[in-house]
Amino acid sequence: MSAPSQKHRQVTNFAIFLGPAILLLFLFFIAPVIVDIGISFTDLGRDLQFHKVTTANFERMVTRDSRLTKTLGITFLYVLGTLAFFNVTFGLILSLATTNVPDKLGAFFRSVWLLPRMSPSVVYALMWIWMIDPTERGLINQVLSFAGIPEFDMMNQAPLMLIILVNGFIGASMGMIIFTSAIRSIPEHLFFAARVDGAGFWSIIWYITLPSIRWPLSFITVYQTLSLMVSFEYIWLITNGGPFYDTTVFALYVYKRAFENGQYAYGAALALILVTLGILASLLMWRFMDMKRMLQDPRIEVH
Amino acid sequence: MARIELRNVSKVWDNVVALEPTNLSVADGEFVAVLGPSGCGKSTTLFILAGIYAPSKGEVLFDDQVVNDVEPRDRNIGIVFQSYALYPHMNIRDNIRFPLKFKKTEKEEAMRLVEESAKLVHIEEFLDRKPSQLSGGQQQRVALARALVKEPQLLLLDEPLSNLDATLRMSMRSEIKTLQQRLKITTILVTHDQLEAITMADRIICMSRGKIEQIGSPKDLYENPSSLFVASFIGAPPINLLEGVASQEKLNLNKGSIILNHAHQGKLTLGIRPENIKITKDIQGIKSRVGLVEPMGRETLYVLETTIGELRALVPESAPQWGQGEDIFCQFEKESCLFFDTETEKLVSNLRLVAIE
Repeated sequence: MSAPSQKHRQVTNFAIFLGPAILLLFLFFIAPVIVDIGISFTDLGRDLQFHKVTTANFERMVTRDSRLTKTLGITFLYVLGTLAFFNVTFGLILSLATTNVPDKLGAFFRSVWLLPRMSPSVVYALMWIWMIDPTERGLINQVLSFAGIPEFDMMNQAPLMLIILVNGFIGASMGMIIFTSAIRSIPEHLFFAARVDGAGFWSIIWYITLPSIRWPLSFITVYQTLSLMVSFEYIWLITNGGPFYDTTVFALYVYKRAFENGQYAYGAALALILVTLGILASLLMWRFMDMKRMLQDPRIEVH
Repeated sequence: MARIELRNVSKVWDNVVALEPTNLSVADGEFVAVLGPSGCGKSTTLFILAGIYAPSKGEVLFDDQVVNDVEPRDRNIGIVFQSYALYPHMNIRDNIRFPLKFKKTEKEEAMRLVEESAKLVHIEEFLDRKPSQLSGGQQQRVALARALVKEPQLLLLDEPLSNLDATLRMSMRSEIKTLQQRLKITTILVTHDQLEAITMADRIICMSRGKIEQIGSPKDLYENPSSLFVASFIGAPPINLLEGVASQEKLNLNKGSIILNHAHQGKLTLGIRPENIKITKDIQGIKSRVGLVEPMGRETLYVLETTIGELRALVPESAPQWGQGEDIFCQFEKESCLFFDTETEKLVSNLRLVAIE
């Protein structure tokens, strides 16, 4: 084949194989960000009309929005708490527990933990609303009254804990599935060797299992951080950001400003913070968790 | 060092019998090979000895103590797995040191022992590398060093050489054997490679379909196999087996027949090893024609078409050689002929070849 037609071939291959993906990437990821930047420099409001190009939105963000920093703080606690207690830690505990019991029992428990993921969001949210009902009708209060503990109003007394619990019980299943398959792919002989070498249950987890699933662990941490930062459906359904603004995470705040108050331009400007934070978080994790290496090869460590 | 014994040990997985009730004893310091094809129960036996599998029935004894309920880590054994099972995220030093961690060996002492056992298998220059940076042969040595570092009373080798190339396998064979003789550790080698078993072990346990077929020295198993399975599994090129029907003193094989030392009724299989067949031009023995000729260096393998069936004969280089298509006669060494009952596959030990008709 002559050189020009080979060159031509390369271009065609590029267009055929990468073209569709690049097009989608542009349409749904890059274009919205550009549109968002555009809107943030206008005064688009409830009347859906542009009147002028302005930096007023950013001035307001920096000087007059007292809600902003508080919302960011809540978001930070919410993401960190959900990750640390549920999506990584509890997911890991579930996968370790269900791979150390007989197979059928393990599969049963994993399915149970998948149920909330499978049920519609609204049903799951309704269930929580019933559970935390502050009167004696609520499930948690029924259990507490059995134990003789006074009624507890989680929504008002521990709102942050509530949204961490709600998201964590669903979020743990993703880590559970990924970690389980990673643990399963560790060659059996490694466990045999460790048992013969003198390692007990905890030593095997510490010296064999955890190092072998290092990559899935960092993947889940990165992925769930990003997804927790932008999701708010359960919070919106259960607390609607309340009481007052106590559970208004940043993504929900953006939504409220833009769509409940009709300040589309200001919402767009706020959303830019979220985009920036997402990119920053990715870069940080790229740097510290060696994501570059993780994304290159299949990374479940067996020799 | 330890004396090992299995008493009526069996293993059943969900109604599938992996190991029939088995009795076995291994003397202190002995090197025993468990030989058999895959799925014969040899690895099951090894894992039962290690304590990784619990026997369904029966008792495992180390030095006359029942150890059925003793955890693998408390049995003081070393294993080398077929896959080597090195810990991929640890360097070689940490891999070898791993068993010492749990013996609470002091750090300096542990380092000394690691160096020592690394020297024993000649890998001292690789201590800071990761397993993936070593070749198969080097990984194999690391696995051996890790198994030996804790000075086990029993060394279990699970097909340790099957992933190595032919030259390396030969040198590792003699190295492992030398090491075993020097350290005098009771050693059990599981393998499907007869050459490995024959060259390394003092005694071979030949297994098939979850049962021990025969136990004996390599020479024993080769010369006096107790069943068709052992006869055909051991020996390369394999033993010649010819099926026939006996009536009175005559055994009819294909178009020919041979005379037995006494009367027998029913189906018999004649077994004769290729090196026990002599080829001559004298008109005496079985009329044959030379088919394929396979030169093998020191010997030549002849495929012979005879009146009693196809035979393979091994002729040393020093003896007269033959060409393809040549008409010759072949003679059997009478005392080397074995007769097996075709139905039960067992040796009929009192039958001898008297003459060829």
